Amino acid sequence: MKKTVLNEAHRKAGAKMVNFNGWNMPINYGSQIEEHHAVRTDAGMFDVSHMTVVDIEGSEATNFLYRLLANDIKKLNTNQAMYSTMLNEQGGVIDDLIVYKLSDTNYRIVVNAGTRDKDIAWFEKQITAFDAIMTEQTDTVMIAVQGPNAIKKLQPLLDLDLSDTKRFYANYNDHIFVGRTGYTGEDGVEVMIAPEAAGALWQQLIDAGVKPCGLGARDTLRLEAGMHLYGQDMDENITPLECGLGWTIRKNDDSFIGAQALNNLKTKGVDKKLVGLVLNGRGILRHDQTVSDEAGSQGIITSGGFSPSTGKAIAMAVVDTNMSDPVSVAIREKTLPCHVVNLPFVRNGKSLIEE
Amino acid sequence: MSYVPDNLLYTASHEWLEELDKGIYRIGITDFAQDQLGDIVFVELPKEGGSYAQEDECGVVESVKTASDIYCPIVGTVIAVNDSLEDSPELINDSPYDDGWIFEIEIDEDADLDHLMSAEDYRESIEED
Repeated sequence: MKKTVLNEAHRKAGAKMVNFNGWNMPINYGSQIEEHHAVRTDAGMFDVSHMTVVDIEGSEATNFLYRLLANDIKKLNTNQAMYSTMLNEQGGVIDDLIVYKLSDTNYRIVVNAGTRDKDIAWFEKQITAFDAIMTEQTDTVMIAVQGPNAIKKLQPLLDLDLSDTKRFYANYNDHIFVGRTGYTGEDGVEVMIAPEAAGALWQQLIDAGVKPCGLGARDTLRLEAGMHLYGQDMDENITPLECGLGWTIRKNDDSFIGAQALNNLKTKGVDKKLVGLVLNGRGILRHDQTVSDEAGSQGIITSGGFSPSTGKAIAMAVVDTNMSDPVSVAIREKTLPCHVVNLPFVRNGKSLIEE
Repeated sequence: MSYVPDNLLYTASHEWLEELDKGIYRIGITDFAQDQLGDIVFVELPKEGGSYAQEDECGVVESVKTASDIYCPIVGTVIAVNDSLEDSPELINDSPYDDGWIFEIEIDEDADLDHLMSAEDYRESIEED
Protein backbone atom coordinates (compact mmCIF):
# COMPACT_ATOMS: atom_id res chain seq x y z
CA MET A 1 0.00 0.00 0.00
CA LYS A 2 1.22 3.52 -0.81
CA LYS A 3 2.18 5.83 2.05
CA THR A 4 2.47 9.59 2.19
CA VAL A 5 5.53 11.31 3.66
CA LEU A 6 3.47 12.10 6.78
CA ASN A 7 2.47 8.46 7.45
CA GLU A 8 4.71 8.09 10.50
CA ALA A 9 3.49 11.43 11.91
CA HIS A 10 -0.11 10.20 11.66
CA ARG A 11 0.68 6.99 13.54
CA LYS A 12 2.52 8.91 16.25
CA ALA A 13 -0.54 11.16 16.63
CA GLY A 14 -2.69 8.07 17.29
CA ALA A 15 -4.39 7.89 13.91
CA LYS A 16 -6.55 4.94 12.94
CA MET A 17 -5.26 4.07 9.47
CA VAL A 18 -7.33 2.67 6.61
CA ASN A 19 -6.88 1.69 2.98
CA PHE A 20 -8.19 4.52 0.80
CA ASN A 21 -7.81 3.93 -2.94
CA GLY A 22 -4.58 2.02 -2.35
CA TRP A 23 -3.21 4.61 0.10
CA ASN A 24 -2.69 4.01 3.80
CA MET A 25 -4.46 7.08 5.22
CA PRO A 26 -5.80 8.30 8.60
CA ILE A 27 -9.58 7.91 9.02
CA ASN A 28 -9.49 9.70 12.39
CA TYR A 29 -7.15 10.50 15.30
CA GLY A 30 -9.70 9.55 17.98
CA SER A 31 -13.00 11.37 17.52
CA GLN A 32 -14.09 12.21 14.00
CA ILE A 33 -16.80 14.51 15.39
CA GLU A 34 -14.29 16.58 17.40
CA GLU A 35 -12.17 16.91 14.25
CA HIS A 36 -15.23 18.05 12.30
CA HIS A 37 -16.06 20.74 14.89
CA ALA A 38 -12.43 21.92 14.97
CA VAL A 39 -12.66 22.76 11.26
CA ARG A 40 -16.07 24.46 11.61
CA THR A 41 -15.09 26.58 14.62
CA ASP A 42 -11.29 26.96 14.58
CA ALA A 43 -8.73 25.17 12.40
CA GLY A 44 -7.99 21.62 11.30
CA MET A 45 -5.66 20.03 8.78
CA PHE A 46 -5.71 17.06 6.45
CA ASP A 47 -2.92 15.19 4.72
CA VAL A 48 -4.16 15.09 1.13
CA SER A 49 -0.85 14.10 -0.45
CA HIS A 50 -2.55 11.10 -2.04
CA MET A 51 -4.20 13.47 -4.50
CA THR A 52 -2.62 13.81 -7.92
CA VAL A 53 -0.97 17.06 -9.07
CA VAL A 54 -0.31 17.55 -12.77
CA ASP A 55 1.27 20.62 -14.43
CA ILE A 56 0.41 21.49 -18.04
CA GLU A 57 2.79 23.75 -19.93
CA GLY A 58 3.14 24.96 -23.50
CA SER A 59 1.92 27.50 -26.03
CA GLU A 60 -1.31 25.53 -26.45
CA ALA A 61 -1.86 24.67 -22.78
CA THR A 62 -4.95 26.92 -22.68
CA ASN A 63 -6.43 25.39 -25.84
CA PHE A 64 -5.78 21.89 -24.53
CA LEU A 65 -7.57 22.53 -21.24
CA TYR A 66 -10.39 24.40 -23.02
CA ARG A 67 -11.00 21.21 -25.00
CA LEU A 68 -10.48 18.85 -22.03
CA LEU A 69 -12.55 20.62 -19.37
CA ALA A 70 -16.25 21.54 -19.37
CA ASN A 71 -15.85 24.79 -17.44
CA ASP A 72 -14.58 28.03 -19.04
CA ILE A 73 -10.92 28.24 -18.11
CA LYS A 74 -10.50 31.19 -20.49
CA LYS A 75 -12.25 33.27 -17.81
CA LEU A 76 -9.45 32.66 -15.31
CA ASN A 77 -7.15 35.46 -14.17
CA THR A 78 -3.52 34.71 -13.43
CA ASN A 79 -3.28 32.63 -10.21
CA GLN A 80 -7.04 32.07 -10.11
CA ALA A 81 -8.47 28.59 -9.49
CA MET A 82 -11.60 26.95 -10.88
CA TYR A 83 -13.58 23.78 -10.20
CA SER A 84 -14.45 21.78 -13.31
CA THR A 85 -15.69 18.45 -14.48
CA MET A 86 -13.83 16.47 -17.15
CA LEU A 87 -16.18 14.50 -19.40
CA ASN A 88 -15.94 11.61 -21.81
CA GLU A 89 -17.53 11.73 -25.29
CA GLN A 90 -20.81 10.44 -23.81
CA GLY A 91 -20.92 13.33 -21.34
CA GLY A 92 -20.12 11.05 -18.38
CA VAL A 93 -17.92 12.44 -15.63
CA ILE A 94 -14.35 11.09 -15.82
CA ASP A 95 -13.38 13.20 -12.81
CA ASP A 96 -13.85 16.50 -11.04
CA LEU A 97 -10.81 18.68 -10.41
CA ILE A 98 -9.36 22.05 -9.50
CA VAL A 99 -7.34 23.91 -12.14
CA TYR A 100 -5.05 26.84 -11.28
CA LYS A 101 -3.96 29.23 -14.03
CA LEU A 102 -0.36 30.25 -13.32
CA SER A 103 0.16 31.97 -16.69
CA ASP A 104 -1.24 31.80 -20.23
CA THR A 105 1.06 28.86 -20.88
CA ASN A 106 1.17 27.16 -17.47
CA TYR A 107 -1.59 25.51 -15.43
CA ARG A 108 -1.68 23.24 -12.39
CA ILE A 109 -4.42 20.61 -11.99
CA VAL A 110 -5.36 18.59 -8.89
CA VAL A 111 -7.34 15.40 -9.50
CA ASN A 112 -8.61 12.61 -7.25
CA ALA A 113 -6.36 9.82 -5.98
CA GLY A 114 -8.75 7.03 -6.92
CA THR A 115 -8.95 8.18 -10.55
CA ARG A 116 -5.26 8.92 -11.04
CA ASP A 117 -4.47 6.21 -13.56
CA LYS A 118 -7.40 6.79 -15.89
CA ASP A 119 -7.03 10.58 -15.65
CA ILE A 120 -3.36 10.46 -16.60
CA ALA A 121 -4.17 8.11 -19.48
CA TRP A 122 -6.92 10.47 -20.66
CA PHE A 123 -4.63 13.54 -20.46
CA GLU A 124 -1.94 11.70 -22.41
CA LYS A 125 -4.39 10.67 -25.11
CA GLN A 126 -5.88 14.14 -25.56
CA ILE A 127 -2.71 16.23 -25.22
CA THR A 128 -1.06 14.79 -28.34
CA ALA A 129 -3.05 17.17 -30.59
CA PHE A 130 -1.66 20.23 -28.78
CA ASP A 131 1.68 21.94 -28.29
CA ALA A 132 1.73 21.26 -24.56
CA ILE A 133 3.39 18.86 -22.15
CA MET A 134 2.22 17.40 -18.85
CA THR A 135 4.32 16.71 -15.77
CA GLU A 136 2.98 14.84 -12.76
CA GLN A 137 4.33 16.19 -9.45
CA THR A 138 4.70 12.80 -7.81
CA ASP A 139 6.58 13.77 -4.66
CA THR A 140 4.60 16.88 -3.66
CA VAL A 141 3.07 16.81 -0.20
CA MET A 142 -0.31 18.50 0.08
CA ILE A 143 -1.77 19.66 3.41
CA ALA A 144 -5.25 21.19 3.53
CA VAL A 145 -5.48 23.69 6.42
CA GLN A 146 -9.15 24.55 6.87
CA GLY A 147 -11.37 26.54 9.20
CA PRO A 148 -12.15 30.14 10.19
CA ASN A 149 -8.75 30.50 11.92
CA ALA A 150 -6.75 28.39 9.45
CA ILE A 151 -4.96 31.19 7.60
CA LYS A 152 -4.30 33.17 10.80
CA LYS A 153 -2.57 30.13 12.33
CA LEU A 154 -0.69 29.16 9.17
CA GLN A 155 0.56 32.59 8.08
CA PRO A 156 3.35 33.05 10.72
CA LEU A 157 4.87 29.72 9.61
CA LEU A 158 5.30 30.76 5.96
CA ASP A 159 7.66 33.08 4.09
CA LEU A 160 4.78 33.88 1.77
CA ASP A 161 2.31 36.70 2.41
CA LEU A 162 -1.28 35.47 2.06
CA SER A 163 -2.95 38.78 3.03
CA ASP A 164 -3.80 39.63 -0.60
CA THR A 165 -4.65 36.07 -1.66
CA LYS A 166 -8.39 36.03 -2.32
CA ARG A 167 -10.64 32.97 -2.17
CA PHE A 168 -10.01 30.68 -5.12
CA TYR A 169 -6.64 32.25 -5.85
CA ALA A 170 -3.15 30.81 -5.39
CA ASN A 171 0.11 32.34 -4.22
CA TYR A 172 3.50 30.68 -4.40
CA ASN A 173 7.26 31.02 -4.36
CA ASP A 174 9.94 28.55 -5.44
CA HIS A 175 9.39 26.15 -2.51
CA ILE A 176 5.74 26.46 -1.49
CA PHE A 177 2.41 26.70 -3.32
CA VAL A 178 -0.72 27.82 -1.47
CA GLY A 179 -4.21 27.72 -3.00
CA ARG A 180 -7.08 29.31 -1.07
CA THR A 181 -9.32 26.37 -1.82
CA GLY A 182 -10.68 23.40 0.08
CA TYR A 183 -13.28 20.70 0.49
CA THR A 184 -14.94 21.65 3.76
CA GLY A 185 -17.17 24.70 3.17
CA GLU A 186 -14.89 26.79 5.38
CA ASP A 187 -12.21 29.31 4.54
CA GLY A 188 -8.72 27.85 4.33
CA VAL A 189 -5.95 26.79 2.03
CA GLU A 190 -4.34 23.78 0.43
CA VAL A 191 -0.55 23.90 0.76
CA MET A 192 1.80 22.06 -1.57
CA ILE A 193 5.31 21.67 -0.23
CA ALA A 194 8.45 19.62 -0.87
CA PRO A 195 8.58 16.32 1.07
CA GLU A 196 11.71 17.28 3.04
CA ALA A 197 9.91 20.33 4.50
CA ALA A 198 6.52 18.71 5.07
CA GLY A 199 7.11 17.01 8.43
CA ALA A 200 8.34 20.24 10.03
CA LEU A 201 5.37 22.24 8.73
CA TRP A 202 2.92 19.57 9.96
CA GLN A 203 4.46 19.68 13.45
CA GLN A 204 4.51 23.50 13.51
CA LEU A 205 0.83 23.52 12.59
CA ILE A 206 0.07 21.12 15.48
CA ASP A 207 2.05 23.41 17.80
CA ALA A 208 0.02 26.37 16.50
CA GLY A 209 -3.19 24.59 17.56
CA VAL A 210 -4.29 23.22 14.20
CA LYS A 211 -6.02 19.86 14.80
CA PRO A 212 -5.02 16.89 12.63
CA CYS A 213 -8.18 15.54 10.96
CA GLY A 214 -8.81 12.29 9.09
CA LEU A 215 -10.74 11.28 6.03
CA GLY A 216 -13.86 10.68 8.16
CA ALA A 217 -14.20 14.34 9.12
CA ARG A 218 -13.29 15.34 5.58
CA ASP A 219 -16.32 13.39 4.36
CA THR A 220 -18.85 14.86 6.82
CA LEU A 221 -17.50 18.39 6.20
CA ARG A 222 -17.77 18.12 2.42
CA LEU A 223 -21.24 16.54 2.64
CA GLU A 224 -22.52 19.40 4.82
CA ALA A 225 -20.97 21.80 2.30
CA GLY A 226 -22.91 20.07 -0.50
CA MET A 227 -19.70 19.12 -2.30
CA HIS A 228 -19.62 16.07 -4.55
CA LEU A 229 -17.50 12.98 -3.94
CA TYR A 230 -16.32 11.32 -7.14
CA GLY A 231 -17.36 7.67 -7.46
CA GLN A 232 -20.31 8.22 -5.15
CA ASP A 233 -22.23 11.33 -6.23
CA MET A 234 -21.12 11.04 -9.85
CA ASP A 235 -19.09 8.83 -12.17
CA GLU A 236 -18.79 8.01 -15.86
CA ASN A 237 -22.38 6.74 -16.02
CA ILE A 238 -24.00 10.11 -15.28
CA THR A 239 -23.69 13.56 -16.84
CA PRO A 240 -23.18 16.76 -14.84
CA LEU A 241 -26.69 17.87 -15.87
CA GLU A 242 -28.22 14.97 -13.94
CA CYS A 243 -26.26 15.24 -10.69
CA GLY A 244 -26.19 18.90 -9.72
CA LEU A 245 -23.03 19.84 -11.60
CA GLY A 246 -24.62 21.70 -14.50
CA TRP A 247 -23.00 24.89 -13.18
CA THR A 248 -19.58 23.50 -14.15
CA ILE A 249 -20.59 23.44 -17.84
CA ARG A 250 -19.72 26.54 -19.87
CA LYS A 251 -22.55 28.07 -21.91
CA ASN A 252 -22.73 28.80 -25.64
CA ASP A 253 -19.68 26.80 -26.56
CA ASP A 254 -19.51 23.22 -27.77
CA SER A 255 -15.78 22.77 -28.14
CA PHE A 256 -15.19 20.68 -25.00
CA ILE A 257 -15.27 16.91 -24.98
CA GLY A 258 -18.77 15.69 -24.13
CA ALA A 259 -20.58 18.87 -25.25
CA GLN A 260 -22.43 17.14 -28.08
CA ALA A 261 -23.75 14.42 -25.79
CA LEU A 262 -24.97 17.04 -23.32
CA ASN A 263 -26.79 18.91 -26.10
CA ASN A 264 -28.48 15.70 -27.19
CA LEU A 265 -29.54 15.01 -23.62
CA LYS A 266 -30.95 18.53 -23.25
CA THR A 267 -32.99 18.06 -26.43
CA LYS A 268 -34.31 14.74 -25.17
CA GLY A 269 -34.94 16.15 -21.69
CA VAL A 270 -33.01 15.74 -18.45
CA ASP A 271 -34.97 13.44 -16.16
CA LYS A 272 -32.73 13.33 -13.07
CA LYS A 273 -31.54 15.93 -10.60
CA LEU A 274 -29.54 16.16 -7.38
CA VAL A 275 -31.31 17.23 -4.19
CA GLY A 276 -30.44 17.66 -0.53
CA LEU A 277 -32.41 15.60 1.99
CA VAL A 278 -32.88 16.00 5.73
CA LEU A 279 -34.38 13.20 7.81
CA ASN A 280 -37.27 14.53 9.92
CA GLY A 281 -36.91 12.09 12.83
CA ARG A 282 -34.24 9.85 14.29
CA GLY A 283 -32.00 7.62 12.18
CA ILE A 284 -29.14 7.97 9.71
CA LEU A 285 -29.33 8.40 5.93
CA ARG A 286 -26.79 6.32 3.99
CA HIS A 287 -25.42 5.83 0.50
CA ASP A 288 -27.65 3.56 -1.66
CA GLN A 289 -30.90 3.96 0.30
CA THR A 290 -33.91 4.55 -1.96
CA VAL A 291 -36.00 7.73 -1.93
CA SER A 292 -39.59 8.07 -3.16
CA ASP A 293 -42.42 10.59 -3.09
CA GLU A 294 -46.19 10.16 -2.94
CA ALA A 295 -46.55 10.35 -6.73
CA GLY A 296 -44.13 7.46 -7.15
CA SER A 297 -41.01 9.35 -8.25
CA GLN A 298 -37.88 7.46 -7.28
CA GLY A 299 -34.29 8.23 -6.46
CA ILE A 300 -31.22 7.01 -4.64
CA ILE A 301 -29.04 8.51 -1.94
CA THR A 302 -25.54 9.02 -3.30
CA SER A 303 -23.99 10.36 -0.07
CA GLY A 304 -25.56 10.34 3.36
CA GLY A 305 -24.63 10.49 6.99
CA PHE A 306 -24.84 12.22 10.33
CA SER A 307 -24.17 15.94 10.18
CA PRO A 308 -22.27 16.96 13.32
CA SER A 309 -22.88 20.69 12.72
CA THR A 310 -26.67 20.40 12.58
CA GLY A 311 -27.22 17.23 14.63
CA LYS A 312 -29.37 15.85 11.81
CA ALA A 313 -29.13 13.05 9.27
CA ILE A 314 -28.49 14.59 5.83
CA ALA A 315 -27.95 13.27 2.32
CA MET A 316 -27.48 14.12 -1.31
CA ALA A 317 -29.66 12.08 -3.65
CA VAL A 318 -30.06 11.72 -7.41
CA VAL A 319 -33.82 11.62 -8.03
CA ASP A 320 -36.45 11.97 -10.79
CA THR A 321 -36.72 15.66 -11.75
CA ASN A 322 -40.39 15.84 -10.75
CA MET A 323 -39.82 14.55 -7.22
CA SER A 324 -41.36 16.82 -4.64
CA ASP A 325 -42.00 16.99 -0.89
CA PRO A 326 -43.00 15.06 1.11
CA VAL A 327 -40.51 12.28 0.40
CA SER A 328 -39.52 9.18 2.31
CA VAL A 329 -36.43 6.98 2.53
CA ALA A 330 -36.33 3.23 3.04
CA ILE A 331 -34.07 2.40 5.97
CA ARG A 332 -33.94 -1.31 6.78
CA GLU A 333 -37.57 -2.43 7.22
CA LYS A 334 -38.90 1.11 7.80
CA THR A 335 -39.91 4.04 5.61
CA LEU A 336 -38.94 7.33 7.23
CA PRO A 337 -40.10 10.83 6.22
CA CYS A 338 -37.57 13.37 4.90
CA HIS A 339 -37.76 16.81 3.37
CA VAL A 340 -35.98 18.22 0.35
CA VAL A 341 -33.64 21.19 0.98
CA ASN A 342 -31.31 23.39 -1.04
CA LEU A 343 -27.58 22.72 -0.86
CA PRO A 344 -25.37 23.39 0.97
CA PHE A 345 -26.55 22.27 4.41
CA VAL A 346 -23.86 24.30 6.18
CA ARG A 347 -21.78 27.28 5.10
CA ASN A 348 -19.10 29.10 7.11
CA GLY A 349 -20.03 27.31 10.30
CA LYS A 350 -23.78 28.04 10.08
CA SER A 351 -26.64 25.60 9.42
CA LEU A 352 -28.74 26.63 6.41
CA ILE A 353 -31.38 23.95 6.94
CA GLU A 354 -34.84 25.53 7.20
CA GLU A 355 -37.11 23.94 9.77
CA MET B 1 -5.47 -1.95 23.42
CA SER B 2 -9.13 -2.62 24.13
CA TYR B 3 -10.42 -3.04 27.68
CA VAL B 4 -12.00 -6.44 28.39
CA PRO B 5 -13.32 -6.73 31.98
CA ASP B 6 -12.74 -10.15 33.56
CA ASN B 7 -16.19 -10.51 35.12
CA LEU B 8 -18.22 -10.43 31.89
CA LEU B 9 -19.16 -12.91 29.16
CA TYR B 10 -18.68 -12.16 25.45
CA THR B 11 -19.89 -13.10 21.97
CA ALA B 12 -18.03 -13.39 18.69
CA SER B 13 -20.14 -10.47 17.41
CA HIS B 14 -18.68 -8.22 20.17
CA GLU B 15 -21.53 -8.03 22.66
CA TRP B 16 -20.83 -8.33 26.40
CA LEU B 17 -23.15 -9.85 29.01
CA GLU B 18 -23.23 -9.19 32.72
CA GLU B 19 -25.27 -11.50 34.95
CA LEU B 20 -27.26 -9.15 37.22
CA ASP B 21 -29.36 -11.83 38.89
CA LYS B 22 -30.16 -15.45 38.18
CA GLY B 23 -31.28 -15.60 34.53
CA ILE B 24 -31.12 -11.79 34.14
CA TYR B 25 -28.39 -10.37 31.91
CA ARG B 26 -27.40 -6.82 30.99
CA ILE B 27 -26.01 -6.51 27.45
CA GLY B 28 -23.93 -3.96 25.56
CA ILE B 29 -21.16 -3.81 22.96
CA THR B 30 -17.50 -4.10 23.85
CA ASP B 31 -14.83 -1.43 24.00
CA PHE B 32 -13.24 -3.08 20.95
CA ALA B 33 -16.53 -2.80 19.02
CA GLN B 34 -17.12 0.88 19.86
CA ASP B 35 -13.53 1.69 18.91
CA GLN B 36 -13.93 -0.05 15.54
CA LEU B 37 -17.19 1.77 14.86
CA GLY B 38 -15.96 5.27 15.74
CA ASP B 39 -18.24 8.03 17.03
CA ILE B 40 -21.71 6.55 17.61
CA VAL B 41 -24.53 8.85 16.50
CA PHE B 42 -27.70 6.75 16.65
CA VAL B 43 -28.97 3.68 18.49
CA GLU B 44 -32.11 1.75 17.62
CA LEU B 45 -32.98 -0.04 20.86
CA PRO B 46 -34.62 -3.48 21.12
CA LYS B 47 -38.35 -3.50 21.92
CA GLU B 48 -39.06 -3.67 25.64
CA GLY B 49 -41.10 -6.81 26.21
CA GLY B 50 -39.93 -8.24 22.91
CA SER B 51 -38.88 -11.89 22.67
CA TYR B 52 -35.78 -12.69 20.66
CA ALA B 53 -34.10 -15.89 19.61
CA GLN B 54 -30.36 -16.32 19.87
CA GLU B 55 -28.60 -14.32 17.11
CA ASP B 56 -31.76 -12.38 16.18
CA GLU B 57 -31.08 -8.83 15.07
CA CYS B 58 -32.63 -6.87 17.91
CA GLY B 59 -31.24 -3.38 17.41
CA VAL B 60 -28.80 -1.22 15.49
CA VAL B 61 -25.85 0.93 16.46
CA GLU B 62 -24.93 3.54 13.85
CA SER B 63 -21.64 5.41 13.89
CA VAL B 64 -20.33 8.16 11.64
CA LYS B 65 -18.88 5.33 9.58
CA THR B 66 -21.44 2.55 9.36
CA ALA B 67 -24.56 0.81 10.69
CA SER B 68 -23.96 -2.30 12.78
CA ASP B 69 -26.63 -4.73 13.94
CA ILE B 70 -26.92 -5.73 17.57
CA TYR B 71 -27.51 -9.47 17.86
CA CYS B 72 -29.38 -10.95 20.77
CA PRO B 73 -26.77 -13.22 22.40
CA ILE B 74 -29.28 -15.54 24.12
CA VAL B 75 -32.92 -16.45 23.74
CA GLY B 76 -35.19 -14.47 26.08
CA THR B 77 -37.39 -11.45 26.71
CA VAL B 78 -36.19 -7.86 26.91
CA ILE B 79 -37.10 -6.44 30.33
CA ALA B 80 -35.32 -3.05 30.14
CA VAL B 81 -33.63 -0.79 27.59
CA ASN B 82 -31.24 2.12 28.14
CA ASP B 83 -33.40 5.08 27.04
CA SER B 84 -30.61 7.58 27.67
CA LEU B 85 -28.90 6.29 24.50
CA GLU B 86 -31.65 7.91 22.41
CA ASP B 87 -30.38 11.38 23.26
CA SER B 88 -26.79 10.46 24.11
CA PRO B 89 -25.63 7.60 21.85
CA GLU B 90 -22.03 8.66 22.55
CA LEU B 91 -22.36 7.01 25.99
CA ILE B 92 -21.43 3.78 24.19
CA ASN B 93 -18.11 5.33 23.13
CA ASP B 94 -17.46 6.96 26.49
CA SER B 95 -18.55 4.12 28.77
CA PRO B 96 -19.23 0.89 26.85
CA TYR B 97 -19.52 -1.32 29.97
CA ASP B 98 -21.41 1.06 32.30
CA ASP B 99 -23.48 4.06 31.16
CA GLY B 100 -23.45 2.72 27.60
CA TRP B 101 -25.29 -0.56 28.35
CA ILE B 102 -28.01 -1.24 25.78
CA PHE B 103 -30.64 -3.66 27.15
CA GLU B 104 -31.46 -6.27 29.79
CA ILE B 105 -32.90 -9.67 29.07
CA GLU B 106 -34.56 -12.42 31.08
CA ILE B 107 -33.39 -15.61 29.47
CA ASP B 108 -35.62 -18.55 28.64
CA GLU B 109 -35.23 -21.65 30.81
CA ASP B 110 -33.76 -23.67 27.96
CA ALA B 111 -31.36 -20.87 26.89
CA ASP B 112 -28.01 -22.09 25.62
CA LEU B 113 -24.99 -20.33 27.14
CA ASP B 114 -22.29 -22.59 25.72
CA HIS B 115 -21.33 -20.24 22.89
CA LEU B 116 -20.50 -17.37 25.24
CA MET B 117 -16.82 -16.62 25.73
CA SER B 118 -14.80 -15.83 28.82
CA ALA B 119 -12.83 -12.58 28.94
CA GLU B 120 -9.66 -14.51 28.22
CA ASP B 121 -11.10 -16.18 25.10
CA TYR B 122 -12.57 -12.90 23.86
CA ARG B 123 -9.22 -11.13 24.30
CA GLU B 124 -7.60 -13.81 22.18
CA SER B 125 -10.29 -13.57 19.49
CA ILE B 126 -9.88 -9.81 19.03
CA GLU B 127 -6.11 -10.06 18.91
CA GLU B 128 -6.52 -12.33 15.89
CA ASP B 129 -8.71 -9.73 14.10
